Amino acid sequence: MQLTKEEKEMLAGKHGRAVKSSMDILVSLGEIFGAKRLIDVSSVQIAGVSYDNLGESGLNYLSDLAKDGRVRVLTTLNPAGMDMENWKRLGISPEFAEKQIRVIEAFKRMGVVTTCTCTPYFIGNVPHFGEHVAWSESSAVCYANSVLGLKTNREGGPSALASALTGKTPESGLHLDRNRQAEMVVNVAARMEDVTDFGALGYVIGKKIGKKIPLIKGVEKASIEQLKSFCASIATYGGTALFHMEGITPDRTRVPKQRVGVTQKEIDAAKKDLTDGEEADFFAIGCPHLSIREVEEVARLLSGKKVKKEMWICVARPIKRIADQIGYSKAIEDAGAKFACDTCMVVAPVRGRFKCLGTDSAKGCFYARGRHSFRTRFRNIRELIEEATR
Amino acid sequence: MILKGRKVYKGSARGPALVSSEAVSFYGGVDPATGKVVEKGHPLEGQVITGKVLVFPTGKGSTVGSYIIYDMKKRGTAPAAIVNNEIETIIAVGAIIAEIPCVDKIDTRRIKTGDMLTVDADKGTVKVG
Repeated sequence: MQLTKEEKEMLAGKHGRAVKSSMDILVSLGEIFGAKRLIDVSSVQIAGVSYDNLGESGLNYLSDLAKDGRVRVLTTLNPAGMDMENWKRLGISPEFAEKQIRVIEAFKRMGVVTTCTCTPYFIGNVPHFGEHVAWSESSAVCYANSVLGLKTNREGGPSALASALTGKTPESGLHLDRNRQAEMVVNVAARMEDVTDFGALGYVIGKKIGKKIPLIKGVEKASIEQLKSFCASIATYGGTALFHMEGITPDRTRVPKQRVGVTQKEIDAAKKDLTDGEEADFFAIGCPHLSIREVEEVARLLSGKKVKKEMWICVARPIKRIADQIGYSKAIEDAGAKFACDTCMVVAPVRGRFKCLGTDSAKGCFYARGRHSFRTRFRNIRELIEEATR
Repeated sequence: MILKGRKVYKGSARGPALVSSEAVSFYGGVDPATGKVVEKGHPLEGQVITGKVLVFPTGKGSTVGSYIIYDMKKRGTAPAAIVNNEIETIIAVGAIIAEIPCVDKIDTRRIKTGDMLTVDADKGTVKVG
């Protein structure tokens, strides 16, 4: 790989230890994946924030880098394992909280904006079309590449952090236009109305085509909330980091010859697959984190009612602050639902506390089953609130 | 027999091979406290990878796996070296941050569990016997 004079100095340790070890990672990855050079990134999103995932050694790794590492570009964080202010109310132990706080403090020392959300694009980390970025968090990566037209590979926690501390990433994979072309046309012949329809669509397409890049036709319109849900689902069940949707996403693509279809029957079957529980004892909405419009919908539906089960509303803290200001939060909390800011039901340590999760997130169902051994009920927000308040 | 591959992370190591015919996930698949493979139904389930040259086709699973490899190195439960057919990001980053010699582009089917291996990552070679 060709390195500039400055990059060689960074690699030699002239810019400190954190920069040196970050360059070690980026140059090694660049060589493995055949990059010719490093390119500048304008934004980073870091995954690997929950102490439940990081463990003691992850914490030590971050604390080590924080000794002299400082981010060079706008850098935001994925959800943590708990609400950083309201953790007691969500049943988190003080031992876990102490460790989680130390993780966030290490990121803060490095100059990271410690927002803790999987929807950085709702809280101000929104570069313009065509910019190179280094994001982790599979749903956000898919949203960045597809909906925003940014260019990023699917980074892991340490490689995204390395990009933040150097402002660089290897020029490989989805940073190159030739690798961003659709590989298969997917014709959708099904009703696409609410968020769960899009979650089910991501499930069906993901299982059908895996990591291939689809050009999706037949979806007439899609809100950002529906696209967010679709991104989370297709990335979870297939692994793709990029899709094109005719008339909706901004990037150009060649039209491939290979074609597959998605029928209404398949969407209905997906919704059934995602439901294996009769009655939920835990409800969680906001995977990925809710937009302010979705918070408004939840507030409206909960207004004047009382929830009879544990219900979490997962949002980024800045969105919660807007909800506080307008009065949505009061309606939600008066009904007995709990805000889970900075975290969600996927990354919080909730295993063993519940048996069956009710959610509108297809991605949430996958991790609730795999990580927490829960059963799941896949329903839209209206149905979930009806069940939780019955 | 000397197999020629490609350096992923520098260094050299010698140890007995532990070979898996299937991909390995460190996150959820390996217990960093004991070095034992805990993934249900995995060909290496119950085997300890500590001090071995771990030979497997490729990595899989969550990107948190990189931190698990680092964790194992710190606890002294890590493998002595890693040999893959085709490296992917999780294992590569794990080997780099844990400073474990790592080589890929090796036909791992030519190595059997128990073979004594000498890995020279800088040359990209794995010597069997």
